[in-house]
Amino acid sequence: MSEAKKFMYINRHAPCGTVYAVEGLEVVLIGAAFEQNVCMAFIGDGVFQLKQNQDTADTGIKNFSPAYRALGDYEVNRLYVERESLEERGLTEDELMPLTWEDEDDDWAEKPSLYIVDRAQLSDLIEEQDIILNF
Amino acid sequence: MKFSVVVNEGPYTHQAVDSAYQFIRAALEAGHEIFRIFFYHDGVNNGTRLTTPPQDDRHIVNRWSELASEHDLDLVVCVAAAQRRGIVDPDEAKRNSKDSDNIAPGFRISGLGQLIEAGIESDRLLVFGD
Repeated sequence: MSEAKKFMYINRHAPCGTVYAVEGLEVVLIGAAFEQNVCMAFIGDGVFQLKQNQDTADTGIKNFSPAYRALGDYEVNRLYVERESLEERGLTEDELMPLTWEDEDDDWAEKPSLYIVDRAQLSDLIEEQDIILNF
Repeated sequence: MKFSVVVNEGPYTHQAVDSAYQFIRAALEAGHEIFRIFFYHDGVNNGTRLTTPPQDDRHIVNRWSELASEHDLDLVVCVAAAQRRGIVDPDEAKRNSKDSDNIAPGFRISGLGQLIEAGIESDRLLVFGD
């Protein structure tokens, strides 16, 4: 196979309300097996996907948010969250799940996976990618 | 150029399906290659042969089947999304003890790896949907 491509999964939808978030996460987890250069971006209502303490019990819909914690184990450890999207929704970084990964090249040190970036930085990151999948 | 296309929306509900079809036809006419068309989310509903639209409307499912047979295209329906929405081929019907299948000619059911592979193998991956 040719050399690894840069994949970015852009998440733009709230975790509930439509199926895009959960089925998008399935693509990321399956895609991790392909050893590509993978990152995720959360913009617009997509930032709600990372909110702590999600509780869907009253809706009868499965709460899939614990699955985001598995991303680090799949070496998906660059999750870019757009600062403006957080601010527009009255959210702060403290309200997001503290997602981490373990760096095997650094004695399995636990490192944060979330990066808060502004809109201009995210635009540059998008520009660098080979493949963008929107969910 | 080698393209792959992702269709994320259901037929008749969303114009993304028609736009994807028109794009693929135009690309083929211009001499480009279509490596794969991958149906995800409600897009899997493009692959049921039980669809029966009014006679004065386009038949979206048959249109895909005809295009696939004309140009030897690879139409892949995501298995996980298909299972949720009741899109079934003979193997899946047997595996899940269903009394019938409904996959349209020219479509096949496979995994999400086919989507990633399409991204890796193609020059451009185009996503149609919300």
